Amino acid sequence: MLIIDCPYCGKRPEIEFSYGGQAHLARPQQPAQLDDQAWAEFLYMRTNIKGVYAERWRHARGCGRFFNALRDTTTDHFLAFYKTGEPRPTLPAQHERTT
Amino acid sequence: MNAPIDGLRTPSGGLVDRTRRISFSFDGRSYEGIEGDTLASALLANGVHLTGRSFKYHRPRGILAAGSEEPNALVTVSRDAARVTPNLRATQVELYAGLIAESQNRWPSLERDFGRINDLLSAFFPAGFYYKTFMWPRKAWKALYEPVIRRAAGLGRAPTHADPDRYAQRYAHCDVLVVGAGPAGIAAALTAAASGARVMLCDETAQFGGSLLADGGALIDGLAAQAWVRQAIESLQSNRRVTLLKRTTAFGYFPHNFVGLNERLNDHCEKPPQHQPRERLWQVRAKQVVLATGAIERPLVFPGNDRPGILLAGAAQTYLNRYGVRVGTRAVIVTSGDDAYQTALDLKAAGIVVAAVADLRPEAIGALPEAVRQAGIEVLPASTVLGTEGDLRVKAITLGRVEAGSIQPGQRFECDVVLMSGGFTPSVHLFSQSRGKLQWSDALKAFVPAVSAEQERSAGACRGVYDLGDVLADGAAAGTAAGEPAATGAAQRRFSVSAPKRGSESYLGVLPQATSPSGDKSFVDWQHDVTTRDLALATREGFQSIEHVKRYTTMGMATDQGKTSNLNAMAIVAKSLAVAIPQVGLTTFRMPYTPVTFGSMAGTSRGDLFDPVRTTPTHAWAQARGAVFENVALWKRARYFPRGNEDMHAAVARECRAVRNACGIFDASTLGKIEVVGPDAAEFMNRLYVNNWANLGVGRSRYGILLREDGFIYDDGVVARTAADRFHVTTTTGGAPRVLGLMEDYRQTEWPDLKVWLTSTTEQWAVIAVQGPNARLVLESMVEGIDISAAAWPHMSVARGKICGVPMLLFRVSFTGELGFEINVPSDYGQSVWEAVFAAGRQHGITEYGTETMHVLRAEKGYIIIGQDTDGTVTPDDAGLTWAIGKNKTDFVGKRSLDRASMKAADRKQLVGLRAKQPGVVLEEGAQVAEKPGQQPPMILIGHVTSSYASSVLGHSIALGLVAGGRARIGQTLYVPMPNGDLEVEVTSPVFYDPTGARING
Repeated sequence: MLIIDCPYCGKRPEIEFSYGGQAHLARPQQPAQLDDQAWAEFLYMRTNIKGVYAERWRHARGCGRFFNALRDTTTDHFLAFYKTGEPRPTLPAQHERTT
Repeated sequence: MNAPIDGLRTPSGGLVDRTRRISFSFDGRSYEGIEGDTLASALLANGVHLTGRSFKYHRPRGILAAGSEEPNALVTVSRDAARVTPNLRATQVELYAGLIAESQNRWPSLERDFGRINDLLSAFFPAGFYYKTFMWPRKAWKALYEPVIRRAAGLGRAPTHADPDRYAQRYAHCDVLVVGAGPAGIAAALTAAASGARVMLCDETAQFGGSLLADGGALIDGLAAQAWVRQAIESLQSNRRVTLLKRTTAFGYFPHNFVGLNERLNDHCEKPPQHQPRERLWQVRAKQVVLATGAIERPLVFPGNDRPGILLAGAAQTYLNRYGVRVGTRAVIVTSGDDAYQTALDLKAAGIVVAAVADLRPEAIGALPEAVRQAGIEVLPASTVLGTEGDLRVKAITLGRVEAGSIQPGQRFECDVVLMSGGFTPSVHLFSQSRGKLQWSDALKAFVPAVSAEQERSAGACRGVYDLGDVLADGAAAGTAAGEPAATGAAQRRFSVSAPKRGSESYLGVLPQATSPSGDKSFVDWQHDVTTRDLALATREGFQSIEHVKRYTTMGMATDQGKTSNLNAMAIVAKSLAVAIPQVGLTTFRMPYTPVTFGSMAGTSRGDLFDPVRTTPTHAWAQARGAVFENVALWKRARYFPRGNEDMHAAVARECRAVRNACGIFDASTLGKIEVVGPDAAEFMNRLYVNNWANLGVGRSRYGILLREDGFIYDDGVVARTAADRFHVTTTTGGAPRVLGLMEDYRQTEWPDLKVWLTSTTEQWAVIAVQGPNARLVLESMVEGIDISAAAWPHMSVARGKICGVPMLLFRVSFTGELGFEINVPSDYGQSVWEAVFAAGRQHGITEYGTETMHVLRAEKGYIIIGQDTDGTVTPDDAGLTWAIGKNKTDFVGKRSLDRASMKAADRKQLVGLRAKQPGVVLEEGAQVAEKPGQQPPMILIGHVTSSYASSVLGHSIALGLVAGGRARIGQTLYVPMPNGDLEVEVTSPVFYDPTGARING
């Protein structure tokens, strides 16, 4: 069970959270302007990388807030937690290399 | 064999109490052991080696090891019909008076086993046999193959009664968790505790000490090994920051240093204390972990290496030194290193004849071999094993000599035990589970921990450090580093050790054979009966990765996960493929290290505590009225209220007629409710739901539909505008949490600029539905502050008022098609208001009804239920709900997807009514719909039945279904294929009752 550091509440066990999938996917401002291909990209296409992954979590059984995290998918270690809307933090070079 | 049986117990020594004799039974026969015995040591003291039949060939098998790696001696231990535990390793079962154990996988008895014929027919059971043979004909699998295979492959039997015992679960935090209390683990715990850290030390066995418990002569800091262990444990015990856990297996290593421990509290007790749980699951979060899990002796692979009486040399030493048991009277030892020479000396000192030590090395030199020669034991270097003899017990071994690369026949020795030692395999299971990287060591011929992934370090034999002095120093260093991760260069604790130097010479793969082996089988995996031939066959058939070889041959896939077999298997596959061992790859170690009971995993989550139960405010009332309940999500909902001898069908028919002809009362409190509040509430709702909310007046409500972005219906419910900036949103009963989650997602992450707040109010409101032509008559005298006359208060009106003096939010809504109201009052008033309405309704024929009646009534009106009539692939148009979509809206969640061409195709499955031509036939929900009658499989099917009921009001059955291009087929006859032939159905409108809606607006 992971330890997740909610930016609002602090460190809590994974059972208090629900997973929110890939982070930094903004809903298009005007979906009607997108062709089918572009809409399908937004709707279905997700990266599934081996390495540092930006993902969303929600402290569903706590404060209820969504936030983002950087997790190394090869080790399950978190490298950063940050609030929704904040830019993806820059990591030391040895981590960025794997993205 | 020749010596008397009771002569197998030594007169003194070991950690057993010879004055306390314990009787127990094995396979129905009584035996005697002594206090401190395991089942295995007690059986061996009675001369019993034969303890099981092998999994596939049903070959007789004996005890191989002395610890949790035991592959053969699997037993079922039972106290009564409810306390039957199969697949226990006899080597780990502690003896208590009256213990009842049985062997497994044999019929009718261990000595005469019918399945042994599999061994004679083994040419027909090669690797992959199951995959190749039982594929065809397909029907035979269920009828013939599976039952026979299951009977033949039984690994114990399950208990026939529910488990009466209690299982506890506990979370724990510590600075340092030390796994394994052998010399390395104890040293680590000592130094970690000395640093002031909170320490937990666990060991899977009943006594701390590990290999030291079987050590004959070592001295540590001037103390005999076992005395040193006692002193160390006493010092740890006196430290309040140290937790010591015996009989506790660390079975799983999970991310972020989360380790699962399984503690067995009283399986070893003759009479388990009543107050105590049977097992305790510890969920430990450790800042640092020290793995001191030791090493497992590696068996040797030679023809006939599986006969009862063939043991690991270290196991024989353990049985002798710890339990005072001589495993036989005449032994031959086969070894690849010095370790087994110490065993030879120990055995000889205990009076066992050691006929020979066969050394695989070209030369046997050094202090230990010399000492063995001095003791008058024949030492045969450059040896190999060509075969063994014996049926239920080994009786002879034939050696060979390796001379200049060729194999010469060697001596034949009569014996009743063969002890083998192929060196040691470090136990890296937990390290590997923690995702640490292993590295191949040519020197150790084993994988050892290289790079840790967690805050973890391995110490001692589990990382290939074998010499006792080195092991203690390694453990102490690991404990210091774990206890004070920040400190560097701390003074290391030293131990003065006097013990024979232990070698690390290991052997891998098959012992040299003259020709390609054609005689008896050479077993690699004892528990799953995988032989060298199976592995060779797998590589011949093209399997190259060890992961594939494993699955094809089932090597390492038994309950022991190949603890004794994996490395030999890898070496054999590598040789066969002519590659280096690391290139073959490594199979993945998975939890649990040894099997863990379901009871331990479930803990208290069973029976009434399995899941939380949610009840509505009128639950007690419904119970008192004899309601039959059903589970809806976590809720208990009254399904119907039988009277007298009514069955469900009769009760539902009566309840339906009451609602249609007079009045019904229904508890709808389980509906999800979300309060959407704020200046931007209408804008938020507009962006989310398909409907137009801007033009919904205060005091009005509307049927809302929520899609996912992919355009499919996610949830529905009536939404009321109770103020300009306030919406009361209802959701489906099961959908409330996920709808709130979806709303929060958009609110927080997509539209954080909107001023809107969301609050779940599901539990705050009791909802009492009063439905039927008399509903207004019932309520008009009770409702305060709202004119509910037909003229003043049309369908879909909402207002605040009072009832019975209680504040109320009243809806005029209907999920039945009748004139209807839903009274929302604070939950605490739910039952009293319900009772008042029920009393007032008596004179108007009010009848309580349940969810089953609600389903029938809504189906008669063609109202859908999310998740029953929709399945995540249904658009609003498919469900006939296009009318609900707000015209001229430029966007809402899912809108763009609805514009895709395939979402508008004419042949999409659409919701229709299906009316069976025989009015009494109720179609099966889930039944398929075909266009053409009389088809044989594979049929062309165009839809399926989603809802189906008998309608007493209409006098015939009704059904809803999703049918391709369904709306264009209204009037057509279609067919529902059933086992006894097709049922004819007519496609109709989904609205069976009151299609003009006259009643609802009444």
